[in-house]
Amino acid sequence: MSHLKSAITPIMALIIAFLLGAVLMYLQGADPLLAYQSLFYNAFGTSAGIAESFGKATPLIFSGLAVTVGIRAGLFNIGAQGQLISGALAAAWAGHRFTDLPTVIHLPLSLLFGITFGALVGAISGALKAYRGVHEVITTIMLNSIVLQLAEYLSNGPLKEEGQIIARTAPIQESAVIPTVFNLPLGFFLGLAMALIVWWIAKNTTMGFSYETVGRNKNAAWYAGISVKRVTIGAMLISGGLAGLGGAIETQGVVGRFEPAFNAGLGFDGITIALLGRANPLGVIPGAILFGGLRGAGPNMQFDAGVSPDIIELILAMVLFFVTAPLITKWFRLKQNNQVSVTSGWGN
Amino acid sequence: MKRMFSKSLLSTYAVILVIGYFYFRDSLVTTSVAGSALLFGLPLAMAAMVGILCERTGVVNIGIEGTLLFSAFLGFFIGAISKNLLIGLASALVGGIIMSLLLAVLTVNWKMDQIIAGTIINILAAGLTSFFYKQGYALPAIFPRWNIPFLSDLPFIGPVLFTHGPLTYAGLILIITLWVGLFYTRWGLRSRSIGEYPSSADAAGIRVNRLKYFNLILAGGFGGLTGAYLALELVGSFDRGFSAGKGFTALALMIFGRWNPLGALGAAMFFGTAQAIANQLMITGVVNIPQPFINMLPYVLTIAVLAISAGKVRPPAAAGRPYEKENS
Repeated sequence: MSHLKSAITPIMALIIAFLLGAVLMYLQGADPLLAYQSLFYNAFGTSAGIAESFGKATPLIFSGLAVTVGIRAGLFNIGAQGQLISGALAAAWAGHRFTDLPTVIHLPLSLLFGITFGALVGAISGALKAYRGVHEVITTIMLNSIVLQLAEYLSNGPLKEEGQIIARTAPIQESAVIPTVFNLPLGFFLGLAMALIVWWIAKNTTMGFSYETVGRNKNAAWYAGISVKRVTIGAMLISGGLAGLGGAIETQGVVGRFEPAFNAGLGFDGITIALLGRANPLGVIPGAILFGGLRGAGPNMQFDAGVSPDIIELILAMVLFFVTAPLITKWFRLKQNNQVSVTSGWGN
Repeated sequence: MKRMFSKSLLSTYAVILVIGYFYFRDSLVTTSVAGSALLFGLPLAMAAMVGILCERTGVVNIGIEGTLLFSAFLGFFIGAISKNLLIGLASALVGGIIMSLLLAVLTVNWKMDQIIAGTIINILAAGLTSFFYKQGYALPAIFPRWNIPFLSDLPFIGPVLFTHGPLTYAGLILIITLWVGLFYTRWGLRSRSIGEYPSSADAAGIRVNRLKYFNLILAGGFGGLTGAYLALELVGSFDRGFSAGKGFTALALMIFGRWNPLGALGAAMFFGTAQAIANQLMITGVVNIPQPFINMLPYVLTIAVLAISAGKVRPPAAAGRPYEKENS
């Protein structure tokens, strides 16, 4: 029941954002009903559409989970973007570099490379926070830019595909490609499983409990004998690893190589999705599927109703606004269920 | 301590210039490097003022990027449609102020998590500017250069400092004004006091939230001016994602300059100079530093500075916390 209640705000936020989106479309002279019909039909009405939606949702589940794990432990990881990119690049390297490996080894090995490099990037922020008190929001923002530049350099320099003009790496070997099951990308199910695992760990293990305690109250955690430093580093390690895995799956399941433009924004969406899911690992899934579906069907909507797919970004921005601002609880006199709070300032 | 830090930055800047001069032994090149350093650095410095004004009054603003994007967007399109640069400038200022008012409502009135509020601004600005973006618009002109009489004839300093467009001068003057204002006026003392200890500021009779509003609007004005400077004077066009991370770099410079306008200006000039020298070296083919490494320099240095000087770089104490009156 409490789960149902906590879903009211996100659902209301979605409805209001879509209504506002309809107004904008109408003002532009388009037919909002036709546009939404096309959008939802193409996203969830056909089997090909569902496959596409799930495919687009996959990296978002991971970046959403990455941000969620951070919030749970009291950290705001804005760096999912950078962690995801480093994971995607590392997996592309491993996927191309190792030859003559059987799929059973090569595929997970490449994923592992992605996880490791994502986790490393995350751990930098975690360690800086734990040992030097540097706020993770600052370091993750900075690392996003650093990783982006590094990835640009590598994919346009040392790791560039030979004889290629565009900045991109060579394609990964056949043995590292993630297969599809009944047309559905396997990565999506990995995402679902991962959400369940994170949820289960958070609920049922000592580790989950200590992370949550640190997230709620550092001092209390410290008095209870929990090492706040270890939790901080651990949470950023896991968070980065999840984002890196998302990037690796994107490389091995969808793109087939690393190309900078292909991963743009996937990590940032994780912030919106995590907040939309109220920082609940399972709550990430519907948000990611919705985002993925809308993204995937955007071009169809443009074709059918003449509405620019950019409207989707705007609607998603409004969703974030309404889900986090205490407007809906005020308007509808809902009892304020605890607002998501991630940090208080730059201090500790 | 704060002063010393900004002084050390400025002196580093001077040292780099001197090295550059001896390196090239060519006054023409040195002048052009110093001039382009100013063009690289000034928009970053101006954007950093947005952060400084907000955080000195106790509001963390990671929405600078969105503020720049939105104000540059409004400035460019309204300027292009009305074919009037001044109307464009005014719209950019309004755009910046709209974004800071949004931040004020979210953080002061609704006491939302300030980092999330800033994130909302960034995402909302990206959404708005890409949805309403239209191709095929052009500005009638960009703000022309004003060579200031006599001063622009000075050797070296003249061409570097006094041959720019009006918004460059406005930016430089306002940054210095802000520094004087923050540290030598009543307004500045009050602002800083609510950024450090709002409840005693309140006890002393300062209306905390009103002053916060005032300063946030001022910050929005700075953001709008930066957006206008980029769109209407420096670049003269607009594209999706136009701000290209400048708002985040500004955040880095704010910290690097220790929440001090002159410090941030020094830091921005340091990065601008580094970039200008690197560009010059590449043009002359002396060395070949890949552009990405130059681009990431501010971020790497910021992390390094924060990691090394942990505990010494101290943000305004109340930045990030909404102010709630006790017993009210």
